[in-house]
Amino acid sequence: MSNGNLEIKAISGHNGKSAGNGVSRDYDVCKLIDTTTCIGCKACEVACVEWNGYEFRETTFDNTYQTMPETAWNFWNLIKFNEVETDGGLQWLMRKDQCMHCEEPGCLIACPADGAIVQYTNGIVDFNQANCIGCQYCVTGCPFNIPKFNEATKKVYKCTLCSDRVGAGLEPACIKSCPTGCLHFGSKEDMKFEAEKRVKQLKSNGHDNAGVYNPGDPNGGSPGSIGGTHVIYVLGDARDPEKYGGLPAAPSVPFFVKAWKGPLKWLGGIGIMAGVFGVFMHYVRFGPKEVDKVEEVKR
Amino acid sequence: MTNGWVDIKNTDMMLIMGGNPAENHPCGFKWVVEAKKVRNAKLIVVDPRFQRTASQADHFCQIRAGSDIAFLGGLINYALQNNRYAKDYVINYTNAALIVKKGFKLPEDGFFSGFDAAGLKYDASSWNYEEGANVTGTAAAAIAAGDGPATPETAAKFVPAAAPVPATGQGHTAGGPAGAAGPAPAALPPNTAYDLSLEHPRCVFQLMKKHFSRYTPEMVSSITGIPVDKLNKAWDMYTSIRKDGDMKKVGTIIYSVGWTQHTFGSQIIRTAAMTQLLLGNVGRAGGGVNALRGHSNIQGATDMAGVFDILPGYLKMPNPGDTDFATYIKRITPTPAKPKEWDSFNYWSNTSKFAVSFLKAMYGDAAKKENDWAFNYLPKIDRKFSWVEQWDAMYAGKVKGLISFGMNGVAIGPNSEKNIDALKKAEWLVVCDIYPEETSSFWESPGISDDEKKQIKTEVYRLPGAGFAEKDGTFVNSARWLQWKWAAVPTPGDAKLDHAILATIFLKVRELYQQEKDKPEAKFPDAILNLAWAYTTPNSPSLAEVAKEINGKALADLHDDKQTPTDWKAGQQLPGFAWLKDDGTTSSGNWLYCGSWPDAGSATQRRDPADPSGLGIHPTWGWSWPANRRVLYNRASCNLDGKPWDPSRKQVWFNESTGKWAGNDVPDFKADSNPKDHMGPFIMNPEGVGRLFVPLAGMADGPFPEHYEPVESPLVNPLHPKQTNSPVVKRYKSDLDKYGTSDKFPYPCTTYRLTEHYHYWTKNNPMNMQLVPEPFVEISEQLASKLSIKGGDRLKVSTARSGTKDGKEYGVYYARAMVTKRIQPLKLAGKDDPVYPVGIPIHWAYRGIGDGRAEDRRNGVNVLSPTVIDPNAYTPEFKGFLVNIEKA
Repeated sequence: MSNGNLEIKAISGHNGKSAGNGVSRDYDVCKLIDTTTCIGCKACEVACVEWNGYEFRETTFDNTYQTMPETAWNFWNLIKFNEVETDGGLQWLMRKDQCMHCEEPGCLIACPADGAIVQYTNGIVDFNQANCIGCQYCVTGCPFNIPKFNEATKKVYKCTLCSDRVGAGLEPACIKSCPTGCLHFGSKEDMKFEAEKRVKQLKSNGHDNAGVYNPGDPNGGSPGSIGGTHVIYVLGDARDPEKYGGLPAAPSVPFFVKAWKGPLKWLGGIGIMAGVFGVFMHYVRFGPKEVDKVEEVKR
Repeated sequence: MTNGWVDIKNTDMMLIMGGNPAENHPCGFKWVVEAKKVRNAKLIVVDPRFQRTASQADHFCQIRAGSDIAFLGGLINYALQNNRYAKDYVINYTNAALIVKKGFKLPEDGFFSGFDAAGLKYDASSWNYEEGANVTGTAAAAIAAGDGPATPETAAKFVPAAAPVPATGQGHTAGGPAGAAGPAPAALPPNTAYDLSLEHPRCVFQLMKKHFSRYTPEMVSSITGIPVDKLNKAWDMYTSIRKDGDMKKVGTIIYSVGWTQHTFGSQIIRTAAMTQLLLGNVGRAGGGVNALRGHSNIQGATDMAGVFDILPGYLKMPNPGDTDFATYIKRITPTPAKPKEWDSFNYWSNTSKFAVSFLKAMYGDAAKKENDWAFNYLPKIDRKFSWVEQWDAMYAGKVKGLISFGMNGVAIGPNSEKNIDALKKAEWLVVCDIYPEETSSFWESPGISDDEKKQIKTEVYRLPGAGFAEKDGTFVNSARWLQWKWAAVPTPGDAKLDHAILATIFLKVRELYQQEKDKPEAKFPDAILNLAWAYTTPNSPSLAEVAKEINGKALADLHDDKQTPTDWKAGQQLPGFAWLKDDGTTSSGNWLYCGSWPDAGSATQRRDPADPSGLGIHPTWGWSWPANRRVLYNRASCNLDGKPWDPSRKQVWFNESTGKWAGNDVPDFKADSNPKDHMGPFIMNPEGVGRLFVPLAGMADGPFPEHYEPVESPLVNPLHPKQTNSPVVKRYKSDLDKYGTSDKFPYPCTTYRLTEHYHYWTKNNPMNMQLVPEPFVEISEQLASKLSIKGGDRLKVSTARSGTKDGKEYGVYYARAMVTKRIQPLKLAGKDDPVYPVGIPIHWAYRGIGDGRAEDRRNGVNVLSPTVIDPNAYTPEFKGFLVNIEKA
């Protein structure tokens, strides 16, 4: 969590947008991951664990160079390695997987706990474990399989986009550690510009299917829209993001999550009102509950 | 590297082979990415596995480990056949035009002329130039007269009485240890015959063309396993920079220990150097032959004589025939050998200045003209004291003790069982390290029983050294940059700085010699008693003082009108090796480093990132040897008139108005040599030109590179089936030295490193262990299916060196299977069935985080590798040996 250096845009458990305290930022931040220059060195994995102060965990051999099958509650940044056969050749695709920091975050929408998830005006979506009730609705709400539950603490964790560093004017730890410059950080506009520039160059070098992965941007208004992300990718083959370790081609927040906390919110309201009404009618019909006379005698 | 890391950004074309920089040099790899992103440079990767670097390639070829010369020979053949070479560069900047003596024979049958079958070595006297003049225009007559390279009948033969050929050195003379019986060693002729039309059948160019004409696409494909279409694509791509005679574009070749760790490793690098000379890529920004060093300071270790046959600055070690300083200097100082009309700087003619200054740094006032500058204090070597030879001698009981600093011998050497047994035979072992590693724990290696432990008499001392972050001093990187680093943290606990430990040992030894110097058994105390040791804190010298001593200083007031400034007072640090003298008025521990710590202060501590030219020269960041020059041989970046081949990448140029060379980089040339004088750009060669043909004893195994198979190979050499391996490679004879064949050990195995780990250190670090927790064996899906192996299955890997003793097996390696598409079976010459290559990363052994669990007590991968070495550089063959694999 940022220590109040970022301006809050939305807080979980509140109806609608809820501005909070903090310092305003002029622009939306964004991480650009150019998978075509990622060499899978895992410097970002190490930087993430070290910056966030997690204990090293035991891993097991799993017939791959990938550190573990998916991100973990204490391992938020994972490079996914995929061997993909092409015509007469092979691609070894490496993609850094982490929270995408959605503009309309499924996790935040799903979260019923007051203040467990906050979204800052610069686009960072952050978890505040102090307020987390461990219901794991956020896990259901995420189209990228990012939030991870810790059985011991009964809380959910994920990448903070280094809100503590960004709030202090620094780049995220993963960006700082990247040796090839495949990771970039800046305003969303700048990152989109850089990404398009790189794609153009890739295409001019024969990589005809190169493209930018920037789902849901601009906001298409579809029911499950994530409204854009604050992490975008350059993919060598943008036709099939799934082959980059399960990057969803069209990520969306599950319908019932969005519906429940959005259009169908009135249903909940009606339910509550119906309950209150029922209690009132019960009182009208039966009057106040009276203490049993026998019980009273015993006292 | 002839060039440097940052310079890679200037390239148009990259061939990365025998190295995996994305995996092992990720920070340096950023410059490869930069070249691809900014210059649209192309990347060709050739490797036994589709590894991290290959994931970035524009074209990838999976090669069989150990067939690199075939691939590169085919590349040279392709360039020659398709006229894609730098013609002016080749004629004027290489020895292509020089005529080779009659009697020199190409190795069509596997042997060059002069092979000594009994001694397993060559008499290289026929590998020489013909003395003479310009013979341009005589080629037709020579061809008509049948005056070509020798045939087996006409070839020069080995003459038993001739002086033996040393495998070391720069190849100026063919003399072995001087003083050995025999005639005077052959020397290069001062004036060489030459043919500028490159048509004479005995000129280097035609010999080279004939030699590599055998490396056809079909032949190379059958050796390497790379399909012909992929070979042609790679060769076409790389040589495309010289399409239609264009000289503007530049290609670079980048390699690492994937090339050096073969019994022909030096010759692979030679083939790369020839490719680069032929394409005119040496000396140019974005070009060169670029070795990536595996440790942060391996370059520095080599510069400072971390190899037995050199002194600091690549001066040669004296041998017993060097009875006095003059004899030594005469033997190691080359004289020019060139076309009469050309000029040669022959920079090694300054050898005596470097040698005397070195001796003054070593012995101070005790080095005087009267005592030959204390030359006789230096040890003289009469045999090869290479790493493998020393451990072999220890195994034979001839070496009584070992001081092991900065290495983990049991883990890093080939045939670990033999090295462990060698240590059992030693009387004592001293290991300085930051971990209790395998070498100092050899007595508890896997398979040693408690009873056997009690039998081991070796007395082991562990000294707690300092980690890299606990010491200051310089690192010399692959780009030859000396960069000072400051200690980040103090040494923990009882640990001490390594140089303080060494100083303490030395001072104690000197004290003992002082006490007993008059006893008859004190044979020769002078060298130890007179070693200069004028440090402020003798038992822990400051590395700044040592660095200043290595740079060198004036010992008397110096004056030179030709230099600016013209004077240095006695005691002042010198600004460069041009000031060094052989009259005892200068000292310098390593002439190449002279200039790194001038009087104004350490240049290695400079951290100004300015790069005025934009070529990544950064002249005020650190300091690079020699003379802060970032690209070696940069005279060759200009045409004959002294103008850059590519005006957009101006490194140096000849300034007509001043009559001097100038540049963005420091010119690697005689500053006032007018291009009209035709001085060659390769100033360290007596010819002044680059060597496509290495005359005399420059290389132990041939003046041209020839493909030979690894000592353990699945293949009979299709080029000459009767001579499969290099004829000069020695096989060791001990009971633990066995060499396998493919009937029992069918899988060629290569070893390598992973990004996630660093040599044998990081198995002590939880973070690295988290990233890759345990060793594995990479095998193809096809081999897995053939042997019914699934990913994660435990495998047993064995070699000809595996066996059982007292019911316990040794020399075997257990690890899990990684079944991958990144290794494919290969179709090779004379084989109906595919050959299945396998790969094993190093990094694990029996000490580390997992060592508390019995099942984790495992051998290092080098239990599998054979004891066999390159005859030039003495590097073991860690790549391409034979193994068998079974499900454990």
